Amino acid sequence: MSACDSCLRRSLLVGLLARRIAGLLDRPSTRVAGLLALPEAELVRAVVGKRAPRVMEAVDGRDLTVERRGFARRGVMTVCRHAESYPSLLNDLADAPAVLFVVGAASETAARLARLGDEPAVAIVGTRSASSYGREVAHSLGRGLGAAGVPVISGLALGIDATAHRGCLAGGGMPVGVLACGPDVAYPRRHRALHRKVCEEGLVMSELPPGTQPFRWSFPARNRIMAGLAQITVVVEAADPSGSLITSDFARELGRTVGAVPGHITSRVARGTNGLLRDGAVPVTCAEDVLDELFGAGARRVPPPAPAARAAPADPLLRRVLDAAERHQLVAAIAADAGTTIPAARAALGRLEAEGYVARRELGGWERTLGTGPVLGAAYPGEP
Amino acid sequence: MRATAAHGSPGGRVLSLASVTTFALEGVSSHEVTVEVDVRRGLSAFTLVGLPDRAVRESRERVRAALLNSGLDFPQKRITVNLAPAHVRKEGPSFDLAIAVGVLAASEQVPSEGLTGSPLCGELSLTGEVRRVRGVLAAAVGARGCGYRRLLVPEANAHEAALVGELEVHAIPSLARLADLLHGRWKPERAAARDPVPTDVSEAPDLSDVRGQEDAKRALEIAAAGGHNLLMIGPPGAGKTMLARRLPGLLPPPSLEEALEITQMHSAAGIGDGRLATQRPFRAPHHTVSAQGLVGGGNRPMPGEITLAHRGVLFLDELPEFGRAAVDALRQPLEDGHVTIMRGQRTLDFPANAMVFAACNRCPCARPPDGCSCTASELGRYLRRLSGPLLDRIDLVCQVEQTAALVLVGAGEGGGRSEAACERVNAARGHQRNRLRETSALCNGDMDGRLTRLHVPLKPSLAGQMLAARQRLDLSGRGYDRVLRVARTIADLAGRDELGPSDLDEALSYRLDGLDLLAA
Repeated sequence: MSACDSCLRRSLLVGLLARRIAGLLDRPSTRVAGLLALPEAELVRAVVGKRAPRVMEAVDGRDLTVERRGFARRGVMTVCRHAESYPSLLNDLADAPAVLFVVGAASETAARLARLGDEPAVAIVGTRSASSYGREVAHSLGRGLGAAGVPVISGLALGIDATAHRGCLAGGGMPVGVLACGPDVAYPRRHRALHRKVCEEGLVMSELPPGTQPFRWSFPARNRIMAGLAQITVVVEAADPSGSLITSDFARELGRTVGAVPGHITSRVARGTNGLLRDGAVPVTCAEDVLDELFGAGARRVPPPAPAARAAPADPLLRRVLDAAERHQLVAAIAADAGTTIPAARAALGRLEAEGYVARRELGGWERTLGTGPVLGAAYPGEP
Repeated sequence: MRATAAHGSPGGRVLSLASVTTFALEGVSSHEVTVEVDVRRGLSAFTLVGLPDRAVRESRERVRAALLNSGLDFPQKRITVNLAPAHVRKEGPSFDLAIAVGVLAASEQVPSEGLTGSPLCGELSLTGEVRRVRGVLAAAVGARGCGYRRLLVPEANAHEAALVGELEVHAIPSLARLADLLHGRWKPERAAARDPVPTDVSEAPDLSDVRGQEDAKRALEIAAAGGHNLLMIGPPGAGKTMLARRLPGLLPPPSLEEALEITQMHSAAGIGDGRLATQRPFRAPHHTVSAQGLVGGGNRPMPGEITLAHRGVLFLDELPEFGRAAVDALRQPLEDGHVTIMRGQRTLDFPANAMVFAACNRCPCARPPDGCSCTASELGRYLRRLSGPLLDRIDLVCQVEQTAALVLVGAGEGGGRSEAACERVNAARGHQRNRLRETSALCNGDMDGRLTRLHVPLKPSLAGQMLAARQRLDLSGRGYDRVLRVARTIADLAGRDELGPSDLDEALSYRLDGLDLLAA
């Protein structure tokens, strides 16, 4: 399976122009969506002006057979919009990518692409500077959807994106990473191990040719692909304005459902999601909410073991401290609320954390978890 | 001091030789230097050998003027002064007095018998007065170590040297008086040490000054009891510095030997007034400090902040702002309790056994969470600067917050005073001394992995608890040891011989591992 010549040619052209487009976008008047929808000749003229003939010459000079062989060597599959396996949902985009460059487990890639075309998928996106609450929810959603057999689309970025994918992997699901650089480029580098794992268990794709580095414009461009691939786009945590809101805007323009996870009204990274809810987004509190929206109420459940909240601990002091940890974050306040001493509260928190009922936030402070176990932080050997 | 006069030696020359002992400061300790003076007939000359630096070379002018102005004679002969051992670099003006006395003895202006076995040190003024020198306490400790009974020092330093009780210290006001002493015309009294620095209890920072922050105070008490290094995280104005300043007062007062060590470090660095330190030092270097400023070194090796904080507390406010090199340089002293500096052919050892109290903000902008505008990568960079060898030596981590709300809620009284906490700390330290008496460790915080496992045995039920926690919380090996050490201290504070499950639980809540510092 490989892309047809004209589509591949166009994709190589976009790759060639990537750096130029970056310069162009310093002028905020130019819009990505419009630009990438232009026909080849106009696109080149819009981006490089007078030097268009030279760029066209450079593209004409590329030997597509050689390029194809190079992609194959790197384990990259190309799927153009004329191919049957091209995800049909993407065709709703006015500027759908001509070619998807896909990396995955060699023998499985075709089947997984077909699955992505046939079954509804969910995009989980959010801020890179996520709170531990946001990460926990993203992980739990990813895990529930993965376990229910729904592909989870995300951007492999820091924060929510990566956590959703880790959750999906933990639930045994199929993660789909959409990158703003070439599909073989692990960006951010910190996620090398996760990138590899997603390639093994799912798909990593991009409209940019292998080896292309990310540019500022390519992130919102990538977001349109995520929104296009997914039936529902769920925003877990997002500031306002933010890239996640760009994704949800794309989803809305395409007429797809947008879901949002409610957050603390005082939190900066909840401003975007709470705003979405106000504007009519579907409130998402668990994977089941998303499944109900996709398949109809109760049509599909998260198979057990469902990540449901655990029974409260038996010990009355532990229970009091756990309740207090729901309302407060600092040990002194928790101890006062639970009516106990600081050392006793510390001991109770240490025990509760070891048993997975509470978690410590980035730099201290305590928070009650869903009780599904320690989910945060690095999940695979080799991840920093 | 010996002086030999050999008249009528072969060739008919008159030659005379004297040797005087002094102590030279090197780093924070001193070593014995023998000043040999040879006076013989010949062209008038003054040669100084034995690796003298500029200040030592210039002593010739001071010695000449001081002798003449004291009514003594500067021989118009060929004078050779050798400072032995010859391969060690000699620095500073403290050799003046020894050289002058050597010249006097070699030219037979003073008898030398009265001075046998009495090292001396001091700088000369042109009038013949003896000026104060730096590090006299180190010289006194060195003299005691070399078996001397008597030491002659400048009057201004006498009380400092007298801190070393075994030495008979005499205060020398001027070169003329020293000549009197050698002639037996003057019998100086034995110098006495000044009263120690008074400890004004009402002035000392007390825990009750800190409103609320009961959690942080508990962490502080555990840190003091076990000698554990501590990291406090919280916004500016939450009281981190205030808490840190109260840590030295929580530690048991220094023993006489420790007080002497503290005073010696400060004397060598030229700070303090020569009275015995009764308080543990508290050093708070600014975060722009260099690695050299922190651990010591330099062309003339000076003790760094960690050595000045020896037996006390080193406070590193804004830890992530410190230079990487400076913080990394702390690794060796924190592990070994001393700093080793290589310089030329010599290796200097600075004692550096201090507790580290580190503090940092939650993010580089230090604004409250809802006003924070730090990006993920900024936060990552900030926190990455935290991680590193230093964090490996930090046993306790604790978060502090602005207290206003807490104080309003009910912590109306200031909480416990320092004395009560001090007593608990003292008792806990007593248990530790008992347990660790046959080891090099003084407190739980000093125990390495081997000692930890030896002295903190776990009952089967507790071992099971720790195994479960270790798997669940993904504890590293070192992190595991740290939890055991802190748990041991918590049990010591409660006066329990045997570790209980709640001790381990509480220690787990203070651990640094698993704080998802870099989770993304």
